[in-house]
Amino acid sequence: MRTRIAARAAQIVPTLLLVSVLVFLLQQLMPGDPALILAGEDRSPEAIAQIRAELWLDRPLPVQYLHWIGNVLQGDLGRSWRLREPIAALIAEKLPVTLQLGVMAFAFALAIGIPAGIIAAARRGTAVDYGVSALGLAGLSTPNFWLGIMLILLVSVHLGWLPPSGYVPLAVDWRQSLATTVMPAFVLGNAIAAVLMRHTRSAMIAALGQDYVRTARAKGLSRWSVVLRHALPNALIPVVTLGALEFGTLLSGAVLTEQVFTIPGFGKLIVDAVFNRDYAVVQSVVLVTATTYVLLNFAADLLYLRLNPRLRDG
Amino acid sequence: MTATLRDLLRRPVAAAALAVIVALLIAAVLAPLVAPYDPDAASWSAIRKAPSVAHWMGTDENGRDVLSRVIWGAHASLLAGLVSVLIAAGAGVPLGLVAGYVRGWTDAGISRLADAMLACPFLILAIALAAFLGPSLTNAMIAIGITAAPVFVRLSRAATLDVASSDFIEGARAVGTREWRIALRHVLPNIIPPLLVQGTLSIAAAIIAEASLSFLGLGQQPPAPSWGSMLNAAQRFLTQAPWLAIFPGLAIFVTVLSFNLLGDGLRDALDPRTRA
Repeated sequence: MRTRIAARAAQIVPTLLLVSVLVFLLQQLMPGDPALILAGEDRSPEAIAQIRAELWLDRPLPVQYLHWIGNVLQGDLGRSWRLREPIAALIAEKLPVTLQLGVMAFAFALAIGIPAGIIAAARRGTAVDYGVSALGLAGLSTPNFWLGIMLILLVSVHLGWLPPSGYVPLAVDWRQSLATTVMPAFVLGNAIAAVLMRHTRSAMIAALGQDYVRTARAKGLSRWSVVLRHALPNALIPVVTLGALEFGTLLSGAVLTEQVFTIPGFGKLIVDAVFNRDYAVVQSVVLVTATTYVLLNFAADLLYLRLNPRLRDG
Repeated sequence: MTATLRDLLRRPVAAAALAVIVALLIAAVLAPLVAPYDPDAASWSAIRKAPSVAHWMGTDENGRDVLSRVIWGAHASLLAGLVSVLIAAGAGVPLGLVAGYVRGWTDAGISRLADAMLACPFLILAIALAAFLGPSLTNAMIAIGITAAPVFVRLSRAATLDVASSDFIEGARAVGTREWRIALRHVLPNIIPPLLVQGTLSIAAAIIAEASLSFLGLGQQPPAPSWGSMLNAAQRFLTQAPWLAIFPGLAIFVTVLSFNLLGDGLRDALDPRTRA
């Protein structure tokens, strides 16, 4: 097991290194000179030269990269071109908002996706199974920003139950905070619920076909006892790793959902940065999300190793 | 191939999905003929009119016919879906084929690159690429295509590894066929089926991605119609003109659902275990 973990850990380093190179090279795609954008109104050659020197833009590309990655490794993501604030601080400020949304979205996804998958598998081939599967596919095919707009139309405009937009932090007023985040969290959780449902269903179908399940049935155990006590724990092992993989879906979804519900989180940070041509922030956001994703996957692999007794060798 | 198509058409859901896609494609290609009005023609006497006989989906904030804009939007969405998947497969399949066939350091390099790209959440990478390239439909297609490429690298690499170890490849090698010829003539045709399934599902994902980028203002630029940008504009008139938000979203949903259903059907039709 230790060698497996070491081998997996050794894979992470080159991947993260490549991620950083790709993120760094993003800037090269940009038409035009970043110094010109930064200079704004003052386009005197001296001002531009000064900016180029400050940002190391006048050095060769490999030197620029080493300078940048050296700072990043020390936790310095640079400064926002527009707000002039350290990017790390900006991210730290927005992250709790998206974290709250994400945790709530995952709660929705687990509460809907796993039971739905279990029921569909246990009733395989019946109208219940087709209904659940159709709903799952519909969930996957609905763009979440549209789902958000439709919910605002129904719940806020017509029924007047919840505020259509805005955000109140948990610490300020937890009731208001939940009221402002429950709709966006449902929207975010919807796509993940669909994915979880599909995977739980197929894992459960595979587990229900195993010999030990047949033995349990032969012992005369009730149908749901077999499903929940014998098949489910084994079926859930592969589903665990999905949680980490869905982190990407969550963040991608957060970009649009936060835009629709005007929530000042991580997703809104990147969209605002794009529109303000604050490319340093865009770069950092990509770097931070990719790094988190790689580390989360590693954690999920470790968890998978722990949960699956067959992989727990000497 | 004809056997697969026949099998596919025998599945009612997949056949219906295919029919919807064909109808959408025809509407998109024939948009100038099918659309009842000019999609960009503003009319100050018909601003935000609810759906009626004259305007089946109502009119928008500039008095433009929503149905005509939805039909023209199909043009942009399907084009974006197809072109970005062609870019993704065009870049990803050759790389995956080489990685899986040559193995060794080439494989390690290509695979790590795919890993690194897959580490970035799909839409965030697409947004970043589109932002750096500049907002336009063409750049959105390039951004989505590049972002979707690593999936094709992984899939074609895995399929190539599988096929390359079969006996008939050994046979081809034994009779002295050149390596590049084996790769192109014998391996490539055999990895097409899983790629076809992935391609169909990727079109669905690409259409959502294009709508998302256009919604954020990074795709199709106004006044040219696209479903995503129509939804963006619709947000401002949610109370007065809800139809502006309903129809473009419905169009995305139906299109994406059809491609997902077709992809699922195609997977079943190509899998010998689930042949109808």
